[in-house]
Amino acid sequence: MKSSVIKYDKDNIDTDVILPGQYLKLHDYAEIAKHAMEGIDKNFHSKVKNAEFIVAGKNFGCGSSREHATIALSQSGIKAVLAVSFARIFYRNAVDGAFLLPIEIDENAYKNISDKDELEINTEKNKINNLTKEQVYSMKPFPELIKKIIDAGGLFNYKP
Amino acid sequence: MGMNVTEKILSRASGKATVSPEDVIFVNVDKAMIHDVSGPGVIKVFEKLEQKGINTDKLWDPSKVWVAEDHFVPSADMISAQNIVLLSNFTKKYGIEKHFKYGMGQYGICHTLSHEEALVLPGEVYVGGDSHTNTTGALGAFAAGLGHTDIAYVLLNGKIWFKVPETLYFKLNGKLPEHVMAKDFILKIIGDIGVDGASYKTMQFGGSGISEMVMEERLTLTNMTTEAGAKSGIIEPDQETRDYLASRGATNYNEVKGDSDAAYSKIYEYEAEQLEPTVAKPYSPQNISPARDLSNVELDKAYIGSCTGAKLEDLRAVAKILKGQKVKIRTEILPAAISIYKKAMKEGLAEIFLDAGVTIGPPTCGACCGAHMGVLAKDEVCISTTNRNFPGRMGHVESKTYLASPLVVAASAIRGKITDPRDLK
Repeated sequence: MKSSVIKYDKDNIDTDVILPGQYLKLHDYAEIAKHAMEGIDKNFHSKVKNAEFIVAGKNFGCGSSREHATIALSQSGIKAVLAVSFARIFYRNAVDGAFLLPIEIDENAYKNISDKDELEINTEKNKINNLTKEQVYSMKPFPELIKKIIDAGGLFNYKP
Repeated sequence: MGMNVTEKILSRASGKATVSPEDVIFVNVDKAMIHDVSGPGVIKVFEKLEQKGINTDKLWDPSKVWVAEDHFVPSADMISAQNIVLLSNFTKKYGIEKHFKYGMGQYGICHTLSHEEALVLPGEVYVGGDSHTNTTGALGAFAAGLGHTDIAYVLLNGKIWFKVPETLYFKLNGKLPEHVMAKDFILKIIGDIGVDGASYKTMQFGGSGISEMVMEERLTLTNMTTEAGAKSGIIEPDQETRDYLASRGATNYNEVKGDSDAAYSKIYEYEAEQLEPTVAKPYSPQNISPARDLSNVELDKAYIGSCTGAKLEDLRAVAKILKGQKVKIRTEILPAAISIYKKAMKEGLAEIFLDAGVTIGPPTCGACCGAHMGVLAKDEVCISTTNRNFPGRMGHVESKTYLASPLVVAASAIRGKITDPRDLK
């Protein structure tokens, strides 16, 4: 996977800003996507035209269990979120629904990656190559079951 | 080494003799819940599965599934009205009998119904399509929130994967002082450990302070474990649990308690007498301050509602303060279920509220999640008995919400400024 980054230099980006509560009544994926990141970034939709990765700090996706949050990002074109840590339900939704990859990075990678940097992510080798800065970071390997679910294409395709 | 209550429940439900933190296991689910937001989300997942040729004709066990209408009811607009129709068609198609419809007797916020109606019992594994599913852990069950895909998987297969969580144990020594509620205790804890302080973990509560606490107050603690990132919150069943459930007709269940040599990843101790009325400032539940230090904060509105702060005990606390007083700011009270509404009428609480100038609304998640019925305008400042105050949570992204106990919210409604109930006289 190779693309550029939208960076939010912030911890605790919660589901209320990723997809505000007033839109929870929506269930059409394209409609949901129109409101992605509405609570934090009015320019998200123009940025996402050229970027498939979000980089953020700790506890990304905290708050509600709304799968709308992962749907909104994935339908907007986001393929992976790279964060120092994830809230548990956001993480599960991303993996089990096969919406996007939740990739855990360390503080060093988080600090060094800038907005618009071009990254190449290799989930087999657990490496992230920053093509803009010519740096290499490691990502936290997916736990065994998570890797199997991702490889299967979501929980419903996974055979225990 | 023995197992704690959460590990014991998960070992039983996974068919393993023992489980330890970090084990990833599939567990059999005892109860599952969807509501008018997660339900249509699950229906969408079912549609996609059907397109892929995966059979969705039958649920694993419709008698173990129940449905609430709470987020956008009474229907806020055409789309939410349509969602209620979708939900009704779904329960009819799959033979789900426990569907609590608004306008047809008992209905309310899903988490409130879980305990009011004794839908979940001690020792059970309960999953719900809502993050505050943790609430029900106060009954001694493993209760965790999941997204639409996971709930769809549970509805069709009756099981789901979990990583066995580490357990943080919060011990409360002594009875809470007058004017201090469970809400103050949990806000203090979140302030101490942060909004990711219990990520992926279970928060268990115990000690003499918990033994003395009535069930509805315990439910406030487990409810807000979600705000510390916890997978679940739990309190071991005791006589209060048994009495509470028995008064709702539930006496047949298998209580689970932890072994005496059970392990906890960390133990926190709090002295009840040192706790005081506490408020979480915008824009995070961890951003706490003693209520007294915020007495200059001018308010536009007081909101008493939600699974966190509109149970009968919460309304009793509010009535204690509002009796014979007039509110100075717009104040709304939305009991969390019809059964609670009815009890509030019977006990004379509703009359106290109306005499004080309050508007009483029907049960709904409503403005707690910025959905409808009392949302905040730009720059408006609200004090609320609810659970979250992220930007835009209760309305405009530049509105502000302070989280507090029912006593603090009621006292603040009278003054129009944040008020410690001890300073009212």
